[in-house]
Amino acid sequence: MKQIAQLEKMYLKDKVPSFKSGDTVKVHVKIKEGDKERVQVFQGTVIARRGGGIGETFTVRKMSSGIGVERIFPLHSPNVSKIERVRQGKVHKAKLYYLRDLTGKSARISEKLMADKEEESPAKKE
Amino acid sequence: MKEIIGKKIGMTRIFGNDGEAIPVSVIEAGPCVVVAKRTPEKNGYRAVQVGYDAKRQNLFNKPMVGYYKKANIEPRRYLREIDFEGELEVGAELKADIFKKGEKVDVIGISKGLGFQGVMRRHNFNGANITHGQSDRQRAPGSVGASSFPSRVFRGQRMAGRMGKDRVTALNLEVAQVIGEQNLILVKGSVPGKKGTLLRIRLTNRGK
Repeated sequence: MKQIAQLEKMYLKDKVPSFKSGDTVKVHVKIKEGDKERVQVFQGTVIARRGGGIGETFTVRKMSSGIGVERIFPLHSPNVSKIERVRQGKVHKAKLYYLRDLTGKSARISEKLMADKEEESPAKKE
Repeated sequence: MKEIIGKKIGMTRIFGNDGEAIPVSVIEAGPCVVVAKRTPEKNGYRAVQVGYDAKRQNLFNKPMVGYYKKANIEPRRYLREIDFEGELEVGAELKADIFKKGEKVDVIGISKGLGFQGVMRRHNFNGANITHGQSDRQRAPGSVGASSFPSRVFRGQRMAGRMGKDRVTALNLEVAQVIGEQNLILVKGSVPGKKGTLLRIRLTNRGK
């Protein structure tokens, strides 16, 4: 088990910005087209974070021309080049799957106004 | 053929060059020490006997200690014969770095023992209808044969019984990464057995 933890450390990102379910984030995703590489931004609400270590993923949901779109990103994937927190949400649950059934006004999340102390959390523990 | 003895450590994932996640099995392979040689003149075939996983001497009986002493090697927990290409002398060490990233390997091991399992799990039988009035037969095997002819059940009829703990070969797996200093080989996909299972890793014999 120690060997696996050590191995995973090689692939973990040094720093992962802190964000939670309910937050609105911009995810910068590297996309390869042929031999060209470009960065696409996916903005939406984080509705889940699951797993730990190298397997940790988060789900971002957004409404795209009236249709709900969800993408699951591996947190430590090198293709996820940057995660920006746009807005902090105030929610009571860790998993916001109920948002899938809500539309319009009821699907809004109120903003958390208190300043968050933790800016960046180190992903690697020594 | 290149071959090495190792131990399953577990599974995880790594990221490839394009950032794609690769599911990998982590295998601690070697170091294996050549304890004895088998030669065509003496034994009628060619192979090397290797030892893997050094243990304290007082855990072995005297004949075994003596056997290792002859080769001047610390006693090992496992002794296996491998068919290794090229010349290896007694005392030579085989390490994980005999394999390179991108090579295809077969991994041989003993699968997890699953105990006594019914016919649905063991042989993928379909079971019976949930409806149509029968009771307590939903996972039963059904008929196992005909009537007065042949008046017996044919040999090989698949039935419930002990499942797992078989020798299983996972074929044509890609080596995703080799970490020489820790003797780790990362192989794409799953390999037989539970954590700690003894594994043989050899260059694949699947087509060219």
